[in-house]
Amino acid sequence: METTSDITFSNRFDHLLARWGYKRSRHRIEPGLYSLGHPNADTPVFVTANYTLSFDALRASLKGTNAYILVLDTKGINVWCAAGKGTFGTEELVHRITVENLAEVVNHRRLILPQLGASGVSPHEVRKRSGFRVEYGPIRARDLPAYMLNGAQPHMRKVSFGLRERLAVIPVDLVHAIPPLLLVAVILFFLLGITASAAAVAATLAGIVLFPVALPFLPMRAFSAKGFLLGGLAALPFALAAFFSNFESHILPSIGWALAFLLTMPAVTAFLALSFTGSTTFTSKTGVKREIFRFVPIMAYSFGGGILLVLLLIATSLLGGAR
Amino acid sequence: MTLDTTINTLKYHTELCCNCGMCSTVCPHQVFAAGADAAILEHPENCMECGACQRNCPTGAIYVDSGTGCAIALMIAALTGKKEASCCGGD
Repeated sequence: METTSDITFSNRFDHLLARWGYKRSRHRIEPGLYSLGHPNADTPVFVTANYTLSFDALRASLKGTNAYILVLDTKGINVWCAAGKGTFGTEELVHRITVENLAEVVNHRRLILPQLGASGVSPHEVRKRSGFRVEYGPIRARDLPAYMLNGAQPHMRKVSFGLRERLAVIPVDLVHAIPPLLLVAVILFFLLGITASAAAVAATLAGIVLFPVALPFLPMRAFSAKGFLLGGLAALPFALAAFFSNFESHILPSIGWALAFLLTMPAVTAFLALSFTGSTTFTSKTGVKREIFRFVPIMAYSFGGGILLVLLLIATSLLGGAR
Repeated sequence: MTLDTTINTLKYHTELCCNCGMCSTVCPHQVFAAGADAAILEHPENCMECGACQRNCPTGAIYVDSGTGCAIALMIAALTGKKEASCCGGD
């Protein structure tokens, strides 16, 4: 199969849809061996996943290079996630080398893999089973030209999670959150009014949009703790408004409603913050497990307590209003 | 950026190291550094348990219980009784 380094409008549109989670696992290309430019038996072989964002990043960064690209079948999942699952792995790599008859196509035995593919690949096994030598290129495809000239520089081997990268993962979470959020907001609107709907929206957006942006600036280590803080800030205006709205005539309900916002909203934001661990480039299974045990009970008690309080407030106002 | 891991499952047996340099090459958080005679475990606190070092170590000098640090996947796994749920979508 043949490919180019050109990223067309339809490629960009596909990337946009992938970023917004539209048909998430359907951004695939056919696995197999691709020719880029005019490769011969001595040109390097690059290995990637059959996710369009991975494949396109690779071929775009190899502009003006003659190369072979060996695309593994990772079921449309990016290199790092697929390596974690094992689909970007020793087994599939050896299989592709065999199916594509790579030993006949090239004279050399050098394969260049993305560094993040390493969690799925055992080079010593690949060598034993196929004769090919695995070499890890940079983490980011855009560093490949410099890597091919001068080898790996320390920054190429370091995974990052800068603002741009944090922003890039927001859309998918937003798309997942919108349907349930709309449902909850509509129900709350009919049960309690517009303020309650707005509170649900604010707590959710704080967790999904503000949290990724503010992540490195929030104090405390645990994601949940950071989320409680951010959710608390989001709840504060609601609590203050509820407290002062008719504090003169109904002192207890005013305090009750303020407390209800402060109990429910931060718990929601904290839960969303905790779930953001799945999008980062540095959280460990052990660390996240520990955080779940420590913080999920607090979230549950806080949220449950807030809901009970709301029910109590409604019940008393109904009784009070019947006079 | 500060990391949320102060403990993890990473274990390194220096005496088995053949100093091939793979672990320090593949680790995306520079947990291992190249040394004169053996790899050096320099920043164990930065380990995210991706498992790359273990899989690339030809002598079995590194152990890590690898997996995804994804709360939703871990909670789904706990609720459904599966050992590991996947995080980044797919089949």
